[in-house]
Amino acid sequence: MKFLISMHINPAVLESLTEEEMAAIGDGHGRFIEGLKESGELITTQALVDPSQAVVVSVRNGQPVVSDGPFLEAKEYLGGFYLIDCADRARAIELAAQIPDAAIEGLGVEVRQVMFADGVLEA
Amino acid sequence: MSGPAVEDLLRRLMPQVLGALVRRHGQFEGCEDAVQEAGLAASVQWPADGVPDNPRGWLMTVASRRLIDHVRSEHARRERETVAEPAPDVPDTDDTLVLLFLCCHPALTAASQTALTLRAVGGLTTAEIARAFLVPEATMAARISRAKQRIRAAGSVFRLPDGAAFEERLRVVLHVLYLIFNEGYTASSGSSLHRVELAWEAIRLARLVRAQLPQDGEVAGLLALMLLTHARRAARTTPGGDLVPLDEQDRSVWDRELIEEGLALARVSLGAPVLGPYQLQAAIAATHADAATAGETDWRQVYALYLILERIAPNPMVTLNRAIALAEVAGPGEGLALLAGLDADERVRGHHRLASVRAHLLEKAGEPAAAYENFRRAAKATASLAERRYLESRAARLRP
Repeated sequence: MKFLISMHINPAVLESLTEEEMAAIGDGHGRFIEGLKESGELITTQALVDPSQAVVVSVRNGQPVVSDGPFLEAKEYLGGFYLIDCADRARAIELAAQIPDAAIEGLGVEVRQVMFADGVLEA
Repeated sequence: MSGPAVEDLLRRLMPQVLGALVRRHGQFEGCEDAVQEAGLAASVQWPADGVPDNPRGWLMTVASRRLIDHVRSEHARRERETVAEPAPDVPDTDDTLVLLFLCCHPALTAASQTALTLRAVGGLTTAEIARAFLVPEATMAARISRAKQRIRAAGSVFRLPDGAAFEERLRVVLHVLYLIFNEGYTASSGSSLHRVELAWEAIRLARLVRAQLPQDGEVAGLLALMLLTHARRAARTTPGGDLVPLDEQDRSVWDRELIEEGLALARVSLGAPVLGPYQLQAAIAATHADAATAGETDWRQVYALYLILERIAPNPMVTLNRAIALAEVAGPGEGLALLAGLDADERVRGHHRLASVRAHLLEKAGEPAAAYENFRRAAKATASLAERRYLESRAARLRP
């Protein structure tokens, strides 16, 4: 079963962390990725740039309009994701709990099953 | 010989060569890699240069050399002395079953068992297996290599267990083949281009097992179930990929050849002294296959078979199916009453199948508003795009 584990970050929370805490998060993700690779459960993972760098694209009267993002006036933004293939939902939740973000107040880790997949398998 | 014919030949020979190699040298892990490499070399050379006179001996020789190369290159540790230059003959013992039992080792997860079975017994490449399961090749390679390490760590021996252990492991093997079949049968999303036909592969493997164990009722039952289910594949979806439920399928496009074979096998399997879950499911599929139209289905028989299945292998999904049969025999109210008991069962409470069956029965019972709600709930809960489209279309017909 394939799941998307998405990490919802709050830039203010991230900024309030010390350098050691940030480094620990980085190390934690590194270990997490190694474990997933070794077990054969990792499909792919990507991190996204800061939401301030996002643009919103819309088409009006057939013309594309590009404006500054992010789209949502929210505190939390999608910071990155893991796409995994594991035995079941319980295992996906178990894995999500190993992500360092899950232990930090103000950062969110969400698990959703994948319903449709096409292409991009040579990653 | 053409490329596809070479592929067929290779996939028949590779498990035999692997079995012989493991029997001679032990170390399943290294042998499996060596046979894969020999198979790849053959798939390139044979279509161009012609198939050698003794293809099995050719594979055995090449695989043995690869194995020796590997052992030498890793400085041999303690394996070195056990590897001698091979004689290019292969004994006639068929080790397919021993290999299958090894690949379905209980120390492995189901995902690893299926992957390893497809590679070591099915003769598929890692890339083909990865494509079939829609994961990157690196993911599948890691899974297979870890599975082999686990088998080594568990200290398996290369022979069939006996008595109860044999029976127990055979159940795992059949379950793995069933999972491979289902993966091929339900995978309807994404591009089907270049995808290995997993359902056919499962049928091929089940035939191999049946050739080894012709007296086993459950083996025959599983093969019959696969054939009877696969016979319906052309009727199961519209050209646009939408699902067609059993009662609305065009039975004239069911594959008669597979049905005849499946029916014959189902009859044979039902003659076994003890009935298992695959035999019963095959008997249910056979009852459906026997009906020229949906209206002629012998629902009393289907109901009775589900009742027995529920007794020997209790499972809420079986109860769900029994409720469908009960509704046909005694009316939708009876079916709905049976479903009510499942609301307390955690395994099925939030499952889309429960909501979807309830929706169908409510619709039959003349309660469109409640049916609409349940179709919507089922559509939200499913992880299959095709199923969601079907459930939404059923809901749309009832929109208040």
